[in-house]
Amino acid sequence: MAGKRLSKDPYNLIITGVGGQGNVMASRVLANMLVNKGFYVTIGETFGASQRGGSVMSHLRISSKTSWSPQIPAGSADVVVALEPIESIRVLKDYGNPGIKILSNTRPIQPVGVIAGDLEYPGLDEIKGIAREMASDAWFVDATDKAMELGNPILGNVIMLGALAGIGVLPLDKQGFKKVISSTVAKDRLDINLKAYDIGVGMV
Amino acid sequence: MSNLMDNRKGRQHLLMGNEAIARGALEAGVKVAAGYPGTPSSEIVESLSRVAKEANMYVEWSANEKVAMEVAAAASFAGLRSMCTMKQNGVNVASDFLLHLAGSGTRAGMVIVPCDDPGALSSINEGESRYFARLVEIPLIEPGDFQEAKDMTKWAYELSEEIRNVVMLRSVTRMSHASGNVRFDTLPRDNVKAMFKFDGFILDQMEGLVISAPVDYKHAQQQEKIKKAREIFEECPFNTYTGPDRPELLVITSSACNLYAKEAIEILGLEDRVGLLKLGTTWPLPPNLMKKYLSMTDRVMVIEEVLPFLEENVKVIAAEMASDIGIKRFYGKNDATLPMVGELNPDIVVSGMSRVMGIDYKPVPDDYAQKAQLYATTKSPNRELTFCPGCPHRASFWSIHNAIELDGRKGFVCGDIGCYTMALLPCGFSTLKTVHAMGSGTGLASGFGKLGQFGFDQPVLAVSGDSTFFHTTIPALINAIHNRSNLTLVVLDNSGTAMTGFQPHPGLEKNAMGEEVPAIDIAGVCRAMGARVEVRDPFDLEETRNTLNELMEDEKGVKVLVLRQMCALSPEKKAKKRYEMSIDEEICIGENCGCDRVCTRVFRCPGLVWDKERKVTRIDEVICTGCGVCADICPAGAIKRKEV
Repeated sequence: MAGKRLSKDPYNLIITGVGGQGNVMASRVLANMLVNKGFYVTIGETFGASQRGGSVMSHLRISSKTSWSPQIPAGSADVVVALEPIESIRVLKDYGNPGIKILSNTRPIQPVGVIAGDLEYPGLDEIKGIAREMASDAWFVDATDKAMELGNPILGNVIMLGALAGIGVLPLDKQGFKKVISSTVAKDRLDINLKAYDIGVGMV
Repeated sequence: MSNLMDNRKGRQHLLMGNEAIARGALEAGVKVAAGYPGTPSSEIVESLSRVAKEANMYVEWSANEKVAMEVAAAASFAGLRSMCTMKQNGVNVASDFLLHLAGSGTRAGMVIVPCDDPGALSSINEGESRYFARLVEIPLIEPGDFQEAKDMTKWAYELSEEIRNVVMLRSVTRMSHASGNVRFDTLPRDNVKAMFKFDGFILDQMEGLVISAPVDYKHAQQQEKIKKAREIFEECPFNTYTGPDRPELLVITSSACNLYAKEAIEILGLEDRVGLLKLGTTWPLPPNLMKKYLSMTDRVMVIEEVLPFLEENVKVIAAEMASDIGIKRFYGKNDATLPMVGELNPDIVVSGMSRVMGIDYKPVPDDYAQKAQLYATTKSPNRELTFCPGCPHRASFWSIHNAIELDGRKGFVCGDIGCYTMALLPCGFSTLKTVHAMGSGTGLASGFGKLGQFGFDQPVLAVSGDSTFFHTTIPALINAIHNRSNLTLVVLDNSGTAMTGFQPHPGLEKNAMGEEVPAIDIAGVCRAMGARVEVRDPFDLEETRNTLNELMEDEKGVKVLVLRQMCALSPEKKAKKRYEMSIDEEICIGENCGCDRVCTRVFRCPGLVWDKERKVTRIDEVICTGCGVCADICPAGAIKRKEV
């Protein structure tokens, strides 16, 4: 049974980022990959007003037994995929624990308060230091930069999915990705998405 | 991409709660669906509209919720199963018709689906639709997980036809917008001919008149229907109990709170001490079933969102049965075991349940929690809500704000519902001073504009989105024109219902099913009603502001300015840059400029970044959509645009 391959049940994953980064799409693709492997997956997400420049978080509960609450309980996230670096730090307050793993993009999206000069955005080294202090494992990848080389920054979310497969915490593979992404994107975008996934796998 | 028409029995798909509701309707053979977009309800009609042709359905986005419910009811009267969806406040809009519909009764199955937003994640209220079911005396059912969202929707049609009345299936954000595994049943193949029968005996609901009168007869009949629903609920498979035979505490819950309660019992390890009664049928409560479970223990905790609706209904039943089941101790909202405001989550439920059960629970070590808290507050700067880069509203409110300042008579703007509600915040230069229901901005402005005889001399403005204009602004505007109120209405026309995901509205040439339809011209409607009307492009800042000042000075009645510019996220416009933007770093002197970097300090488009080290503004090319507006706000001319 698929459940044997989960290191913990339910396995709790958070994808966090900023509205417009393709967070919802990434969580859908990932969840479908896991449902196709026979797991129960519950996704909890907020969209609507939160899309407009706000932090956007998707919670995935992966289980071989049953559907769980769409909100992960306090201190119980197993891995955080941050499409934007400071969002990983924000998540720790409610969902962090000493065993958590962090996989983060390096490209910042400045909050409006920072743009306006009212707030400070920490340096990348400082963010990395906090992640390494607070998590049992942390990986940082230049997903958006690579995606821009591929011609579209939105591919950063697929690169991050590839990197998630690469760190090996969940039973994910390229075949599974291909099956789901084929029914998600237009045909002429398939190859570039597969390429982005491969790049992600290779970045960790 | 849609899996909704998969006709293989037993197949499992990952569905959003709203998609599961849509699938349930399809499995029930729904033929007509109508709604008005509103988070978190929109994906139900949206999903159905995508499969409308394949499923031989008629699906529409109606002008407002009341009309949507009327459209769906007409289908029921003509013998077709129908559905009507809305967000919580939509029930208020539709409630006048709903009261009468509940009185007249329905023919073919009809289900209304309000999706409430506890915690107001995408609303400016956390209104409760459940009370309407009790108020107008119709059955209320609430799915407790994603599979039930589908299964109960399908069942709701049988219930509706059993009692010949409309059924309310209530969802919440965490059900509608969460996703989970759903196992499919098959889709029916049927061809029902629509026919409205009216030649029968006057009181024959199926073949006579469809009315709520004579009231004494129909009201009594309606209460018989509710009694029948109560009997059906006694045996309903969606009311389930898990736990020991003699629990120390009986938890009664429904909807998404079922998942939180289940999780809390697991986290606290209370499987052998706490019983969980999950109710799918929450009004009217089935008394025998309630008696059976209330007899198990003397302590009862009710977990629900938002107000103590279920709690109060359970208490009434418990009081009526007290001589049989004994006196109970209740925990819930009224005794503050759980908060009476906002949405619940597993942690709030854990904290309430652990207090009731006398358990100490800490999810993470204190020192870790303190450090995480410190880093989150000091190292992850808050993301305030803002308009998207390239949003026409930022430009519109820039002009409205400046025109009011320039006018100098303490003019103000009555707000309305849409993305532009955020103009309450600094992203819209804090321009809005009131916000209530849809269309209320213009209604309030109509009232303010008549206060001149009491010495009131401030210019009055209102804003309305294009979809909102059709929804409820029109009657308020008619009122203002007819009564010679003095106001300026700015219609922020971004060609779609942008906030909820670009659903079409009567101003557009395509309907929900993608068919060509006649577009109703907002400016033309306003002119025909007798308003002075101007149309501008909000990206032309100077022209817009000048026009606004001119309209505000014209004190003869109602003026309408239509600001027309497509939403930056609209599928037609997305990722198409009109201009390539750049900064001439020779000219930008940032804080030393007379403007003190007005672009990043005040205009605050996310595409403009203040580079602290180099003391110059920069364009973030990943975020900038190339609308070109910032070039006009830079007084030094340092922001350059190049046509692409």
